[in-house]
Amino acid sequence: MREAKLAMTKYGSNAQAIAALVREAEVHRDVYIDPEIFELEMEHLFPNSWIYVGHASQLTKPGDFITANIGRQPVLASRHTDGSVHVFYNRCPHKGVKIASEPCGNTGKFFRCPYHAWSFKTDGSLLAIPLKKGYEGTGFAGTQANGGLSKIKNVVVYRDFIFARLSDSGVSFEDYFGESLSTIDNMVDRSPEGKLAVVATPIRYMHTCNWKMLVENQTDTCHPMVAHESSAGTAVKVWKREQGDSTETPMAVQLYGPFMSPYEFYEQSGIRIWPNGHGHTGVANSIHSNYSDVDGYVGQMVAAYGETRAHEILGEVRHNTVYFPNIMVKGAVQILRNFIPIAVDRTLVESWVYRLVGAPDKLYERALMYNRFINAPTSIVGHDDLEMYERAQEGLKSNGNQWVNLRRLYESSEEQDVTAVINGTSERQMRNQFHAWAKFMTMDMDNRVEAAE
Amino acid sequence: MISEKTITDFIYREADLLDTMQWQAWLDLFHPEGRYWMPLEWQQEDPVLQPSLMYEDLLLLKVRVERLSGERTFSQKPKSRCHHLLQAPQIVACDAAAGVFKARTSYIYTETRGDMLERYSGWASHDFVQVGDVLKIKLKRVDLVNFDAPFGNIQLFM
Repeated sequence: MREAKLAMTKYGSNAQAIAALVREAEVHRDVYIDPEIFELEMEHLFPNSWIYVGHASQLTKPGDFITANIGRQPVLASRHTDGSVHVFYNRCPHKGVKIASEPCGNTGKFFRCPYHAWSFKTDGSLLAIPLKKGYEGTGFAGTQANGGLSKIKNVVVYRDFIFARLSDSGVSFEDYFGESLSTIDNMVDRSPEGKLAVVATPIRYMHTCNWKMLVENQTDTCHPMVAHESSAGTAVKVWKREQGDSTETPMAVQLYGPFMSPYEFYEQSGIRIWPNGHGHTGVANSIHSNYSDVDGYVGQMVAAYGETRAHEILGEVRHNTVYFPNIMVKGAVQILRNFIPIAVDRTLVESWVYRLVGAPDKLYERALMYNRFINAPTSIVGHDDLEMYERAQEGLKSNGNQWVNLRRLYESSEEQDVTAVINGTSERQMRNQFHAWAKFMTMDMDNRVEAAE
Repeated sequence: MISEKTITDFIYREADLLDTMQWQAWLDLFHPEGRYWMPLEWQQEDPVLQPSLMYEDLLLLKVRVERLSGERTFSQKPKSRCHHLLQAPQIVACDAAAGVFKARTSYIYTETRGDMLERYSGWASHDFVQVGDVLKIKLKRVDLVNFDAPFGNIQLFM
């Protein structure tokens, strides 16, 4: 017991101890396996960061709502009668009962707590309490409960993507994301109408590993040809054997095949890093570059944007964009993966597909296919990856070495919080993420590592 | 002559082939145009423009089977095993004249690997086509009772 108690105070709010977990090109294993670090992430890192809540197309009519988590905080987003989007902590101010328990729905004109029928307008303000006179002269007017649902003040809807920052103070949305928003722009611009829509549930996949392993994997270009030899490699092999005189490569093989691209391909395709831990693979080209054209789509895009702009949009075929801390966006196949932390060794992955409004069905079909091939609990590519994460989660308990090595293509002259395009096999984006990790973990602590811009 | 018993026997044999990991013999039960489908929505109708956990043709099923025995398939070290506990199949259609043969089977499925063991409950719907004297699977549809829950790895076939 005494030992456990001592262990729980190892990091506390000690910014120096937390910062010491991140070296120039190594991180200490505790960032993945220490339950106290996970608690501190929930207390500091997630509230200080801008977190994806959902998509405005899920809130088309007044009264529409969705539920989500910011870190481990249950939240609720709603569309108010005036068209505005609000995000609240999902608890009744009375006894703490969750106001909404479904992933999405329409609440009508007001939210009504199922326990004692306290009701709230869709902007969160308190509407009514049964037997209200029982609160007269009790000082209720001065309580937090009188204010209705606790509102998250910092909410930004960027091109229909709803982000929230729990902390009242911190880095502004614009400063936090900066130029990285260009990936979301590109995904939205790929719709001839400049509009995305969520029309179905995400694929959900439980991972018994730390959430950051998944985030790191998104820009890890030295693993596909190794870890996915079993899935993508087998797909290529079986197709070569079975194709006979077929000249057209099936959509499925087009999606799997590029995973087996050699190191040289990933080296030249490049990685772009941005300040605050964001970055993407696939700068010059990517594994998504050579999919077959879909009939009619380019024509629609040219009609909507003009020849030059349409080709500019479609020519930008980024691979994975990490929005620090915990989402990844694939503009070219309209997928967003949300890595939701549950515990130090448990992560719920929700993979959403957006429909390009006005574009041919075939593009949505392809995106859905990609999602179930790569991001489902039944996905063979997913099996390859999760096996590695689980082995790492176990292996990191080893006392033989307490550090994880992120030194590939490290240069001592590397600057932090800059924009740069580098060799696509660099681990610099992982270093970039961990620099941001230390920054956003400690920015609200005394003796923080450095001032946030 | 295809009888109701032919259909039931087929379904029991299929489960047995999966439980004894006779993957190639299992693949041989499919028609060349056959599909294996695991929907992600309640009473889902469209496997293509609605999300699914799996919707695979014979080529993709072959990839899965070949992968299971691959030298570098690390998620199969150690190997998974499975067990099907089937209720008696309900014959939905057995009409030789129209060439329609369908059954629905309630089951509990267990998949295990190493020290892990996971149980799933659901229904398998078989849609068959007659080829010569025998049935082949045109569509095997697997509806889990908790299709929308976040599962860990499901590596074998239900």
